[in-house]
Amino acid sequence: MTISKLVLIELWKRKSQLITGLLAITLGISVIVAIQSVSVVSEENVARNLDNLGANILVLPQVTSIDDYYTSDIDAPTLPMDYVERILNSTIAGVDNMSPKLTRRVKVGDQSVVFTGILPKSEIASKPLWQSSGLLGTQLTTACAPNQSANKSHGLEEEKLKRKAIDTLYSDDCFAGSQVAKRLKLSVKGRINIMGKNFKVVKILPETGTVDDDRIFANLRDVQQLLKIENQVSAIEIMGCCNAISEGLLGQLRNILPDTRVTTIGQIVSTQIKTNQLMKKVTLVMLIIIFFVGGISIGNYIWANVNERKREIGVLRMMGAERSTIYKMFMLKAIILGIAGGILGFLLGTLAGVILGPYLAGINVQPVYMYLLWSILLSVAISLTGSLIPTYLAAKFDPHSNLQED
Amino acid sequence: MILKGEKILKQYRHSGGIINALDQVSFTINKGDFVTVTGRSGSGKSTLLLSLFGLIRLSSGKIIFNGKRIDDISDNHLTGIRKKSVGYILQSFALIPYLTTIQNVMIPLALEKISQKVQRKRASEILDFVGLSDRMDHLPRELSAGQQQRVAIARSIVHQPQIIMADEPTGNLDPMLSLEILEFLKKINEENKTTIMMVTHSPVAAEYGTVKLHLNEGKIVSS
Repeated sequence: MTISKLVLIELWKRKSQLITGLLAITLGISVIVAIQSVSVVSEENVARNLDNLGANILVLPQVTSIDDYYTSDIDAPTLPMDYVERILNSTIAGVDNMSPKLTRRVKVGDQSVVFTGILPKSEIASKPLWQSSGLLGTQLTTACAPNQSANKSHGLEEEKLKRKAIDTLYSDDCFAGSQVAKRLKLSVKGRINIMGKNFKVVKILPETGTVDDDRIFANLRDVQQLLKIENQVSAIEIMGCCNAISEGLLGQLRNILPDTRVTTIGQIVSTQIKTNQLMKKVTLVMLIIIFFVGGISIGNYIWANVNERKREIGVLRMMGAERSTIYKMFMLKAIILGIAGGILGFLLGTLAGVILGPYLAGINVQPVYMYLLWSILLSVAISLTGSLIPTYLAAKFDPHSNLQED
Repeated sequence: MILKGEKILKQYRHSGGIINALDQVSFTINKGDFVTVTGRSGSGKSTLLLSLFGLIRLSSGKIIFNGKRIDDISDNHLTGIRKKSVGYILQSFALIPYLTTIQNVMIPLALEKISQKVQRKRASEILDFVGLSDRMDHLPRELSAGQQQRVAIARSIVHQPQIIMADEPTGNLDPMLSLEILEFLKKINEENKTTIMMVTHSPVAAEYGTVKLHLNEGKIVSS
């Protein structure tokens, strides 16, 4: 016989009470697991939609404003192409994709158009709307999704991935934005002469409602050669993980690119961060409610158990059990309840999420096994917290008055 | 001398004033004595028994156990003395209802953190001694009152205490069973030289005492 065995026997012999005690904490944990499982998938969906907004960080030459960048003045300053490599070779976390580009306003006939040199793979990867029109780039993991590893960069790193559709721009090819195509009456396989070079239009891009609609895109190296601005770019657009942005990504970029202007596209970032924060707040509120409700329920169960076992506590104290032994008995019971409640809660919550997710939220929920550990830890913490006061009181019981109940 | 009380006073306060449950009680018990404590209800018998090893704290007075004063020591220290040196038997048996006979008897050894193998061996021997070797895996509710009290006796002696404190051990038993229990206690007293202090209402039980204390209104009136 040991104190642990005594606790286990007591739990086993009073199964109906055990079930009652477990019920509250199991349900509490299962609600958290279900909500969390559904909300993680929802957050990923929301984050994916937010990422459709495109890049959220701009690296510009020091003297360039965002307005300059969008108006694409003929003599707008540039920055070295090597900066892309510098970011790639750094240990900065949270850079999901980079799109260096050189942009100039040029004349095509009597029309003024914005001529933009791009690295097609990384550009397509950062433009989900382009991808949806058949330009499949590297599939990005969602930059702002929860549990996203912030240490991997995508896009340029993954160029070896096979593509299913157009993701390259040969030397004489170009994409045309929807507005400029209308204006210049361009069509796929049509031709356009820019600065003396004849380009074939391989794609009319879908309307995005952005400045891209008024641009013609060609391979960056062609544009650099035509504009005679070798190894220079106007800007590097970055898709940064919004968590990393809020944790100082901009500062890190500024450190390795000291003579540049690193700025966020404010509205995108703030929307991403606000959405993530809202999700986290909802989960936190649920967590707090369940912590209190679960803690009180367990506390109530332990208190009832303590009262029921007053005589037993008195007898044990009479036989020489220290207060610490009584304390250990009830805390051990709380830990066992916590572990059991955590495991059952995880199973029940995951099952609820997997079954109800598609019906209630229209999403497919997968079990997140990491939550098992968190469920157990949370459940034990709730159980121990709820048991503290009744256990303390049990240990303080006067053995004599409990024996007198005989 | 194994146990000595000097001018033990235990007062209870209540709205009507102060009651002396024990009033300047003094006594000496030698090793191997079978002490019976008698007296009417409310005379302070149980209070005396429970106060000697700290289950009730005294208002004043001294208690000396094995030559050392124990009325002013810490709760933990007193708990340690109860664990190693004292066995208790109560009128209501006070067995733990969800434990089997042998598990109940093993508890005092478990509290001393003795290995489970030794616990089981010693508990088996003691249950054999009290004639319950065929009831080891029964729950208390599956035993008769006499058998339950024998389990309680086994539990009180399994850790080989120096002194057994028995509070009305035959109070819930019929006369035949009472005699059986009293004979057990006498056997333990005589064979093991274990000191016994037994509170009883019963004149028959009181006759088993080699030292007899009689309490009236918290005072020893004869010994």
